[in-house]
Formats: sequence, structure tokens, C-alpha cells
Amino acid sequence: MAYFTNFGDFQFDVLREIGNIGAGHAATALSQLMQKAIDMKVPQVRIIPFDEVADCVGGAENVVVTVFLRVEGDSPGNMFFILDMDSARHLLTQITGIDKEVGEWEELQISALHEVGNILTGSYLSSLADLTKLNLQPSVPGLAVDMAGAILSYGLYALGQSGDFALTIDTAFFEGNEQVKGNFFLIPDPESLPILFRSLGVPFDGDY
Amino acid sequence: MEIIKIGMADLGVAKPPSRLRTTGLGSCVGVVLYDHIHKVAGMAHVMLPESSLAKGGELSVGKYADTAIPTLIQQMQNEGAASRNMIAKLAGGAQMFAFLGTNDMMRIGPRNVEACKMALQAAQIKVIAEDTGGNCGRTIEFDSTTGMLQIRTVNQGVKEV
Repeated sequence: MAYFTNFGDFQFDVLREIGNIGAGHAATALSQLMQKAIDMKVPQVRIIPFDEVADCVGGAENVVVTVFLRVEGDSPGNMFFILDMDSARHLLTQITGIDKEVGEWEELQISALHEVGNILTGSYLSSLADLTKLNLQPSVPGLAVDMAGAILSYGLYALGQSGDFALTIDTAFFEGNEQVKGNFFLIPDPESLPILFRSLGVPFDGDY
Repeated sequence: MEIIKIGMADLGVAKPPSRLRTTGLGSCVGVVLYDHIHKVAGMAHVMLPESSLAKGGELSVGKYADTAIPTLIQQMQNEGAASRNMIAKLAGGAQMFAFLGTNDMMRIGPRNVEACKMALQAAQIKVIAEDTGGNCGRTIEFDSTTGMLQIRTVNQGVKEV
């Protein structure tokens, strides 16, 4: 793990707090959309081999609904909002008032999911920008329903050029009775970590 | 029957009755090489097109098309294969999020496929089958006994090439 030198407990704590604040705002937005209480788990900050990234959401072949966006600006990276299939269906029923099997989704369902992902990742990102005073802009988000491994690998290409490990900030959330549960993933680009830390006044002299 | 799992940016060699398998190919490319005479199979899960993209550090040969393919050929030769008997099959190289097509980094799928073909051409290995491009993830499994490549996708089920 040559690329994660000088990474101490303090740095991990700071990244966990980033996940906490970002996903906290997103969960609040989701709670308003669904008019239900949303709970969150303590964010997991992991430094893991590429292969294991998809294991965090049920394995490389597990089919998930994902909204992906690229974070551009001072501290680039990739953001994913991931739901399992049942959760996506429950979420859609809640929001659109129509219950449809996954295979029967139409324009309305796809568009609604897209918009939900857009709102949630947007609130994650804007709270992160407020916290760090960095200029962070989301790309147009994309939606995919496919194998988790195939989707998450999109977050790894920038990292792949400089190492074999990814740093992921993963926050799981769930509605009270767990009918809707999912994850927010933030995977900063290699050069972004020192910028993130510096913006928060956190000492960090390691390479990423 | 043993199934040898090839991880992302990894490669491996198998002989009958073993099978080689790699899961969740998005814009990564699964390269399969096969010497049908000596029954030696190899698989690589290529992530990026060129090793020149590497920004220092230890080079992981399985990650890049231009390093993975020559290494795979070498490893198969060590197991008794001859490169003149080898054929290639490719799968993957999808573009999962079409709207991002303008960004070079996001066009990584098609670039990976091109780079694999160039490396294979340089080694004079013919691509006899491919299932590349599109916008879906793939899981592939190669049978080193029969030389059949099984490709599974979420929406189109399973096909063999």
C-alpha cells in the first residue's frame, strides 16, 4: 500500500466526518422526498483493493440501481448513489404512487430515479463544498441498472493509474423498517485528498 | 472442476478441466487467449489501455492492455502453449454511462477494446469472437476443455461464443 503512507486515525476520522455531513444532508433530502424518517449508519472509510469495492454492495455481480456523477472542480472524484432493486421499487412506489415490477419500468420510473439521485448527490456535494469552501461541481448524473462491479469500476479508472487501492467513503442509510436502503459512495481522485485535507486544516503530508 | 477467478487488473492461466472466470466487466475488457492444440487457456481483466498512463509506483502488468497481453502470452508459453496456435476472444469495453462520452476518461471502454486489439495484432493473434461495446456489464467464463466463452449480462441472459 505504498500510496497511503502517513494515514493516521485523525485523517480517517476527518473522512468519516465528511461522509457523515454529506450523507446526512442527502438523507434529510430523501426523508423530505419520501416523507419518512431515514436513518444512517456510521460512515465506513476503507482503503481496499479494487476487487473488494463491489463487495461493499453485495458483490460484483449483484444487480443494483446507481446514479453516478463525476465531481469536478478543486477536488475531483466520483460519487455513487446505490440502491438494491427492491429498495428502488419501494422508493418509486412511495414517490410516484405507482407500484411497478423492475422489468416494467417506463420513462416515468427511470426519470424519477434519475431525479432522486440528482437531488441526493447534489445535496451531499453542496454540503461538502460548504464545509470545505472548495469549488465542487457535479457533472450531469447518469443512471444505470446493472452489475455493481461493472458500475463501480467507473469510479476507479483515475485511481488505477497510480495504484491498486481505492479510498472509499461509504455511508449506508435505511428507512425505518428497512424497505428502502442504499449507500452513498465518494471515491476521491488521488490528487484530491491533500486538497481536501488542506481545506479543512488537517495535517497531511502523505502521498495518495 | 476448478473455477479460477480472475480479479480486476489480474490475469491467469488454466488447463482442462479448469475454467477461468471474471465478474462485473464494465468498461474493462476480458481478454481470453486459447491454444486449442495444447489446451492451454489464459484470461486477463484489462482495466486501462496503456501502461504509459501509469503515474509512477509499482507497475501492475495485468492492468494495462499493452502489458497484460504479452505477459499472458508468456505465462501460457510457460505452460506449454505456442503463440502461433493462439486465438483470442474479447468481451467488455462497455460504456455504462453514455452521456459522459465527451470526456476522454469516460470513453475508456472503446479505448480499452482498441488497445487490446492492437496488442493482439502485434503478437499476430487473431480475434475470432468478440462481444464488446454497448452499455451493459458482463460476466464471462471460459472453458479450457471446449474453448467456449460464456458471456452473461443482466438483460440479455447468457450467450456463448
